[in-house]
Amino acid sequence: MEKIQEYIHKLAPKAQFEEGGKYTTAIVEANDLRKVAAGLKEKGFDYLMCLTGMDNQDSFGVIYHISSSKEKKEVIVLKTNTTNREEPTIPTVSDIWEIANYYEREAYDFYGIIFVGHPDMRRLFLREDWVGYPFRKDFVADESINPIPTKVPEPDDYETVPSYTINKDGKLERKVKSLFENKDCIVNIGPQHPSTHGVLHLRTKLEGEIIKKIDPQFGYIHRGIEKMCESMTYPQMLYLTERLDYLCGTMNRHALCMCVEKAAGIEVPARAQYIRTIFDELTRIASHLIGWACMCNDMGSITAFIYGMRDREKIMDIYEETAGGRLMVNYYVVGGVAQDIHPNFVNRVKEFIPYMRKMLKEYHILFTGNPIAAGRMKDSGFLTKEQAVALGVTGPSGRASGWSCDVRKIEPYAAYDKVKFDEITYNEMMSKGGNDYGRDNVLLGGTFARYMVRLVEIEESLRIIEQLIDNIPEGDFRAKVPAIIKLPAGEYYQRVENARGDFSVYIKSTGDKNPYRVKFRSPCLSLVTALDPMCRDQKIADLIMISGSLDYVIPCIDR
Amino acid sequence: MEVKDIKIKSMKTEDFKDNEYLEKYIEELQKEGLNIVTEKLDDLINWGRSNSVWPFTFATSCCGIEFMCVAAARHDFARFGWEVTRNSPRQADVIFVSGTITYKMAPVLKRLYDQMAEPKYVIAVGGCSISGGPFKESYHVVNGVDKIIPVDVYVPGCPPRPEAMLYGMMQLQRKIKLENFFKLPKRPNISNGKTEEGGTK
Ligand code: SF4
Repeated sequence: MEKIQEYIHKLAPKAQFEEGGKYTTAIVEANDLRKVAAGLKEKGFDYLMCLTGMDNQDSFGVIYHISSSKEKKEVIVLKTNTTNREEPTIPTVSDIWEIANYYEREAYDFYGIIFVGHPDMRRLFLREDWVGYPFRKDFVADESINPIPTKVPEPDDYETVPSYTINKDGKLERKVKSLFENKDCIVNIGPQHPSTHGVLHLRTKLEGEIIKKIDPQFGYIHRGIEKMCESMTYPQMLYLTERLDYLCGTMNRHALCMCVEKAAGIEVPARAQYIRTIFDELTRIASHLIGWACMCNDMGSITAFIYGMRDREKIMDIYEETAGGRLMVNYYVVGGVAQDIHPNFVNRVKEFIPYMRKMLKEYHILFTGNPIAAGRMKDSGFLTKEQAVALGVTGPSGRASGWSCDVRKIEPYAAYDKVKFDEITYNEMMSKGGNDYGRDNVLLGGTFARYMVRLVEIEESLRIIEQLIDNIPEGDFRAKVPAIIKLPAGEYYQRVENARGDFSVYIKSTGDKNPYRVKFRSPCLSLVTALDPMCRDQKIADLIMISGSLDYVIPCIDR
Repeated sequence: MEVKDIKIKSMKTEDFKDNEYLEKYIEELQKEGLNIVTEKLDDLINWGRSNSVWPFTFATSCCGIEFMCVAAARHDFARFGWEVTRNSPRQADVIFVSGTITYKMAPVLKRLYDQMAEPKYVIAVGGCSISGGPFKESYHVVNGVDKIIPVDVYVPGCPPRPEAMLYGMMQLQRKIKLENFFKLPKRPNISNGKTEEGGTK
């Protein structure tokens, strides 16, 4: 800790440090930002977790949460800001951390902060003809200014790429170039396509049937959740988290619950911790089942789809008995869970575990062992560990590339420190299950590896549940919580591992009953951005399979 | 007036809600009068049509997952003749608008709807597509798809249970069974919440 502070101080003598937060926090001037960023990268901080734009009323700020793929527990928070409200500029870090390419576009979209030197300053979510920057505190939503559009944009609107530099006189200079050339053959996949897993729009440059470049377009399901949160109380916000990534509903909600609980100093009873862990793992299984089912469906196996959905219904039944909901469980509340578990819960879960184990074997016989499937999955969609870290690809996809990034291990929460389980990275997977089904076919970072990691993770989740289900402690299922929850002024950050990777919540509070700014770090954005490097020089038919193996959920990206 | 018993195999007419709406619809149809031959022919065609309504694979968010559940083994809408989902709007009879429709998506949805061949139907699934649902206050969410396309059946819920979706589907079947196939009503043109006279082609 101390060392890093010294190091930053040496890079930027004017840097100030904030005390009291969970992580080391440094405030640097915009001019020093690139120096500090490059220095940190050199020190091994190669994983940009989260980039948050901020409107401080008198200035615009950007907050960087940076971690390292080696020293996994280390997190550094960098902050910088600009007081120019007319033309806010901040230097880019997109050449230092690749994922910043997209994160900075998001900050530009929401706040109008121009990142100088960024090669591609298009909006990320909203249409180019949108007027204003919605997350600024002085933005007024007005249908007469931004009516419901009636026409889809022309190709030019997607392709004109502006970039900004500062010239000799200190003035901002705008340059425009085109993303594709006139002679390029561009195929639009989406926004309405059965295999894009949501309304994602991929503009794909082809030569014959070989992919040369993919330009993802987001925002078709941008619902403005973060902005809505700013005018809600904390318990109200909970309902929106489940609708971000609806397949990991409980885990997302867990993240926000924990963030609020820790900030408000609420002690969650052990019983609730256990129940939450079991529910999280059930959700992980359900989500992986859908991931598996849809991927197989994309590859033409309808039977697998039906099998996966059938077994998922068993989990839905367990949910329903205890919580009353199916897809939206609405079960976690600040301080614990909404009601106690159903008397049948334990038995039902115990019945489910052996059933699921049996079914997993069947899945392998049905699909994994199929030579056609294996042949297709074997050599496509490779992502190296370095690329995964640079793009922040976490979760099963990151682990299939050999990056151990499981938040359950890095920052154990709930009851995860009380159970034995393995983090399923590529090597772990090979020693556990990969060998039964063609060891030679499962290559590091490939489509097959991602497929296998997911299935082995289901086994691991079953193992976690098995250890917990008989030991749920007696006691309260919910702590006493004040009727109106107010967080002390400050900033809070909480990570959880959802079925797709590192999901985090950032809250800035001014001491009020509603937050000043909320940001959700979506693991899925990284997954989609990884499509471009993974699919280069591959056949377009495999694009669908590769995206199936990444298993992203679009509403989580668009928020 | 009695509702003509619109037969749905698995459920009695009394068990349905919203029969009033169909009664009104029958009244409207009867005003125009029909001759007996076409009426019989109508019944036959409608029997066929209502039992092979093919939905379009369209889902933007959460409600889409429940839609998948309805299609999968346990709830299985093939039992009602909804059979296969079509991936092209040209081959589909009905679009389930399952999920939030945002400003960016609105023109796309409208285009997909326009591409569907007549006769076509729209079911709005879930709070989001009915009124904006939990995102009503958002700056980027269309508060109800009926602002851009005409809707036949609303299925409330967030998300609606699969059973609710099946119920909505049966309601649409009943509506189809009542129609005069040879004199289908024109579907209204809607843009920005205002209905225009005349039909779509
Ligand atoms: S109605 Fe609810 S479940 Fe359906 S799309 Fe909207 S938020 Fe999701």
